[in-house]
Amino acid sequence: MTATNLATATADAAAAPELGGQRPGGRLREAFRSRRLVAGTAIVGFFVLLAIAGPFFFPNANKIGGPQYAGPSARYWLGTTQTGQDVFAQLVVSARASMEIVVGVALLATVVSVVIGITGAYVGGFVDEAFSLFSNFFLVIPTLPLIIVILAYVKSSGIASLIVIIALTSWAASARVLRSQTLSVRNREYVLAARASGERAWRIIVVEIVPNELPIIVSQFIFGGIFAILTQTALQFIGLGNPTLLTWGNMLNIAYSDEALNAGAWWWIITPGLCIALLGMGLALINFSLDEILNPRLRVYSDRRSRARRSRAGRAPAGRAA
Amino acid sequence: MRFVARKLGFYLAAAWVALTINFFLPRLMPGNPVEVVIARMQQSGPTPPGEAAALSKLLGLGSGNVFQRYWQYLDSLSHLRLGLSVSHFPEPVSSEIASSILWTLLLVGVATIISFVLGIALGAVAGWKRGFRLDALVPATTLLTAMPYFWVGLILVYVFATNVVHVLPASNGYDTAAGLTVGFNGPFIASAVQHATLPALSIIVTAVGGWLLGMRNMMVSTLSEDYVVAAEAKGLRPSRIMIGYAARNAVLPSISGFAISLGFVVSGAIAMEYVFNYPGIGYMLVTAVSNDDYPLMQGIFLVITLAVLGANLIVDLFQGYIDPRTRIAR
Repeated sequence: MTATNLATATADAAAAPELGGQRPGGRLREAFRSRRLVAGTAIVGFFVLLAIAGPFFFPNANKIGGPQYAGPSARYWLGTTQTGQDVFAQLVVSARASMEIVVGVALLATVVSVVIGITGAYVGGFVDEAFSLFSNFFLVIPTLPLIIVILAYVKSSGIASLIVIIALTSWAASARVLRSQTLSVRNREYVLAARASGERAWRIIVVEIVPNELPIIVSQFIFGGIFAILTQTALQFIGLGNPTLLTWGNMLNIAYSDEALNAGAWWWIITPGLCIALLGMGLALINFSLDEILNPRLRVYSDRRSRARRSRAGRAPAGRAA
Repeated sequence: MRFVARKLGFYLAAAWVALTINFFLPRLMPGNPVEVVIARMQQSGPTPPGEAAALSKLLGLGSGNVFQRYWQYLDSLSHLRLGLSVSHFPEPVSSEIASSILWTLLLVGVATIISFVLGIALGAVAGWKRGFRLDALVPATTLLTAMPYFWVGLILVYVFATNVVHVLPASNGYDTAAGLTVGFNGPFIASAVQHATLPALSIIVTAVGGWLLGMRNMMVSTLSEDYVVAAEAKGLRPSRIMIGYAARNAVLPSISGFAISLGFVVSGAIAMEYVFNYPGIGYMLVTAVSNDDYPLMQGIFLVITLAVLGANLIVDLFQGYIDPRTRIAR
């Protein structure tokens, strides 16, 4: 639910901008002046490192036998679970499977949305009609109940099936954004020139259109990640994940069903959710600054020239100009 | 008129696709769902004769080839035969769903409206004062939006119900022990509102940020429009420019987002209802899944999907009425 809100909030913004014009290198250098982008990249990078390296530090995070429900201490940094497992170790190890699902879903959903959104809009005609009908259908269908019912029947909750099921229900919004962008790009001169020189359709899409829409595709990829982290947590929390797999959602599920709330074990409840929220925030911050790069009107100017322009327009608050 | 027909056609097609997906779902299952269900039903009492045949039609596993089975499935649905619930045997699925859907509609509906109004108001102010103090709110709201809503629910329970202070109830839709009659009477409504506070709060806390950011972005874009500059040049009061000129136009995209999210109110906040054992349709879906109650599960999926499609149709038609530009654009 929150994922859709966030998606609708910035999807419009991402669809609006004109692309091209600036050199990509200059754009990137300018982008990293944004503190939001730096903070977002740092957070996401931290979790990626944790996912890669973390499990090596705690080879047996599921080991039971410590004190039950011990609070945070020097021995157990984030306390223990009902069966005396080290919450900190579990948290670190969970990063891997959780991130695997995030990356897997984002990749798969992006590929599907690129194929459906860009191909349909480029080819046009019946294919476009069919593809956009298809994505509109997936936009109006309530996805979480669909995923839940599919998982209940498939009865397999390995990482791969979870990735496929979440991704196949989450590509539609991105496909629509990419479609509208492609509709405006497909009649630009460079595309027409490529077509006139006899390039084949798939080559025009891959070489001319996709690189030009790359910032939007990256932003949709990140949306896929945000959707994936929230959806997988919800599914695992209601017990549809594989309980033997250590993920943040499964930790929450076990904590909830083992009555961690009544036992007052706040460290077991708060920490997994905090990891999820931080990762989601990091991704959202990256996307937010991507939007500002794509849509200059959203930027908060800080250099003198634009401040002068703003105060000439009479909108700059009085205290700020000083 | 063409617009209406087009929308109607799309939603009819979508409903048909949803029915068809629902028909093919049981085939994904290894083994025979009918046997599983009948075996579970027999644990709770004797199954009525013919239940196995009715159930296999309903699950799209009747006799004959695929087309005959599909026909039998549609026939059962058209008579509103959704079968008997396994976990609440022998209650019919339809009455189970009817008893829970209003809880979800009221709770999630009210929470959605509150978060929209709050988010738009805050977003308008944040966009108006861009680069100023309030803009520091943006990273904070991003964090709020990235939090899983059910986890916020868990924390709220910890703080307000079980551990820190005991001011609000942690579970159920009303005080089941107090002998209240469910209906339109004072004590019941008071109890229901009290029980809905924490669930609603968990939705509002996580949903406000999305509206805020969207509104703030549109507000910032709108502020650079010529008519805003013209209004400033005329020397209108800033509050008038902010509300009457900028916010009024900036809110349009958010309204369509709001309309969409109203359509999805029926599908509820499933994990949140699970946290609070709230007697809504989402909690019922989770318990149906954990009890292998396939008839109930499919009935809920069908009802949620058709309700969401219906709500979206109404919203779409209504939107074409408010904003004629959307009638041309597809």
